[in-house]
Amino acid sequence: MSSASSPADPRNRGYFGPFGGRFVAETLVPALEELERAYREIFPSESFQREWRGLLADYVGRPTPLTRGERMRVLLDPSGERLSALFYKREDLCHTGAHKINNAIGQVLLAKRMGKARIIAETGAGQHGVATATACAFFGLPCEVYMGELDVARQAPNVARMKMLGAKVIAVSSGSRTLKDAMNEAMRDWVTNVATTYYCVGSAAGPHPYPSLVRDLQRVIGEEARAQLLSVTGRLPDAVVACVGGGSNAIGIFAPFVDDAGVALFGVEAGGLGVETDKHAATLTKGRIGVLHGAKSYVLCDDDGQIIEPHSISAGLDYPGVGPEHAELMRSGRATYLSATDDEALAAVKQVAEREGILLALETAHSVAALPRVLDALMAAGRSKAIVVVNFSGRGDKDLGTLMERLQPESASSGEGGAS
Amino acid sequence: MSRRVDALFATARATRRPVLVAYLCVGDPSVEASVTIARALLDAGADVLELGAPFSDPTADGPVIARASARAIAHGSSMRAAIQVGAELRKSSEAPLVLFGYANPIVVAGERETVARVADAGLDAMLIVDLPPEEGAELRAEAKARGVDVVPLLTPTSSATRVEAARAGASGFVYYVSVTGVTGALREGEAIDPLVAASHAAARLRAELSLPVVVGFGIDDAAKARRALGDAASGADGVVVGSAIVRAIEAAGSDVERAARDAAAVIAAIRKSL
Repeated sequence: MSSASSPADPRNRGYFGPFGGRFVAETLVPALEELERAYREIFPSESFQREWRGLLADYVGRPTPLTRGERMRVLLDPSGERLSALFYKREDLCHTGAHKINNAIGQVLLAKRMGKARIIAETGAGQHGVATATACAFFGLPCEVYMGELDVARQAPNVARMKMLGAKVIAVSSGSRTLKDAMNEAMRDWVTNVATTYYCVGSAAGPHPYPSLVRDLQRVIGEEARAQLLSVTGRLPDAVVACVGGGSNAIGIFAPFVDDAGVALFGVEAGGLGVETDKHAATLTKGRIGVLHGAKSYVLCDDDGQIIEPHSISAGLDYPGVGPEHAELMRSGRATYLSATDDEALAAVKQVAEREGILLALETAHSVAALPRVLDALMAAGRSKAIVVVNFSGRGDKDLGTLMERLQPESASSGEGGAS
Repeated sequence: MSRRVDALFATARATRRPVLVAYLCVGDPSVEASVTIARALLDAGADVLELGAPFSDPTADGPVIARASARAIAHGSSMRAAIQVGAELRKSSEAPLVLFGYANPIVVAGERETVARVADAGLDAMLIVDLPPEEGAELRAEAKARGVDVVPLLTPTSSATRVEAARAGASGFVYYVSVTGVTGALREGEAIDPLVAASHAAARLRAELSLPVVVGFGIDDAAKARRALGDAASGADGVVVGSAIVRAIEAAGSDVERAARDAAAVIAAIRKSL
């Protein structure tokens, strides 16, 4: 159940190499210890696994399909010399539209078994907020979701969905008014109401045991993809590609392939207006080692250690930190991290929509946008006729407002398709 | 171990004089003004100063200190500036000085390098909100070598095992957080007065850890200070006043003289009643 550096071992306190740990106010330490006990005792129990796996099948809609992307493959490499097959792991077809529900349903079930009476969460694009609100509605627990004001505006459909699901959405007006500020506010709530409240973290980030817990709740993506690929192609893929904000969909699909030395792993960060500018969210590409939201990992910050407000067109990647296991996968050289810009992501949404009939989330589109660079890297490593699988982490309905504004200005101004 | 911290608490105990700890956010309204305000706080009766190094994402702080931190950063303040203000104060005062901040600026600047700067500047202790005893081994080793105290935080949620975790490497004094919450978050009218409960916890922890204990979070006037201190024999050794000072500075805007006067008045009123 654990990766090579084994933070599951209680003796190493949640460290992935030099990254991870538990950098939180003392008030929260007992709550994290309680959660760690639940992660070690309740989570692996047969009764928990049976209920959670059952819900993944009957409620979330797993296994999700593995779709062959032939028209995109032809666009990327008409001859097939570089890319022989392209596959999409269809997390966009999960209930609520993204991989986030795998984690949310697991954590809220865990919270229920821990006897917690109230659930809080942070959200960027709103997908984790919707997933948590959904899980709370299913289990009958009250849910409050912190969301940056800027994200509330640019992801209006998800705000409406959360409200319909009975959750309270709290707009956060501090700082950059995006995901990091929502996480700050959720941590303040948790520190205040720690005795009764469970904090459902949305990414494979935060203090131990969250990075390990979230990975283990998301690794079902990689487990299914690995088995499906073996069944369809008879062999393992040459590369697995996923977008990385905090990094939960990426760690979920990477985890079961980490020990397969022949499978290259590529994470794609948000390059915003370009990683050479100061408007991006490419934490691993451009950050430095620091501490944010409870873990030591890479962060975007200045020489004084002040966190830099990141930028990405996709609210879900607009985060100045990254999960510690990705930092270790980069340090060890096991995974490679690239970036794609806002414009490249927008173009990728359009390409995949028109060529495959799949409307991708802007987050996910970053991974597609980086495919030419993935193929270059594979060729440089001497791998031709590659088989590549991309994690389609979420669908783009939530982004229609942004997409209409950025891709089809005429129809947006004529009053169609706006987010409001 | 810091000589100044030990001497202060020993004298305070012998004379039954409660220790008054004052927090200010360095750089609000400006780094220069913080020196003036800090001196005014000492003159008004503060025994220990906590020099708050502003951080962009202060997750353990309530809105008052979070706003001050944002203003301070906008005015060019930083952990480095907080240490420099300490060095400046040290020229004219022997009061214990505590650098108060978050882990990221320290990790980015280097744990050893930061402790060296703190020691060279004549500061006595460090309190890092998001650095529980299990983390920051390098910082703790260097602090021990340089005679800088690393002040542990304990809270109403701290079990016996957390007290044990704090014991290893703790020196100087213990900061007991009166409430589960962020700074400035005391809720009045609860069935059990959290400040009275804190005074009992402080007395217990002092006996268990053989270290002085101060109580903080939500103490903004003399009456609350007295509740946290309990009676001299069985309560806390001192109290921390933070948000009330920061609020007075905020209300003064860019008027440094008024900020110093009003912040000092908060401390003077509490000092007078103790």
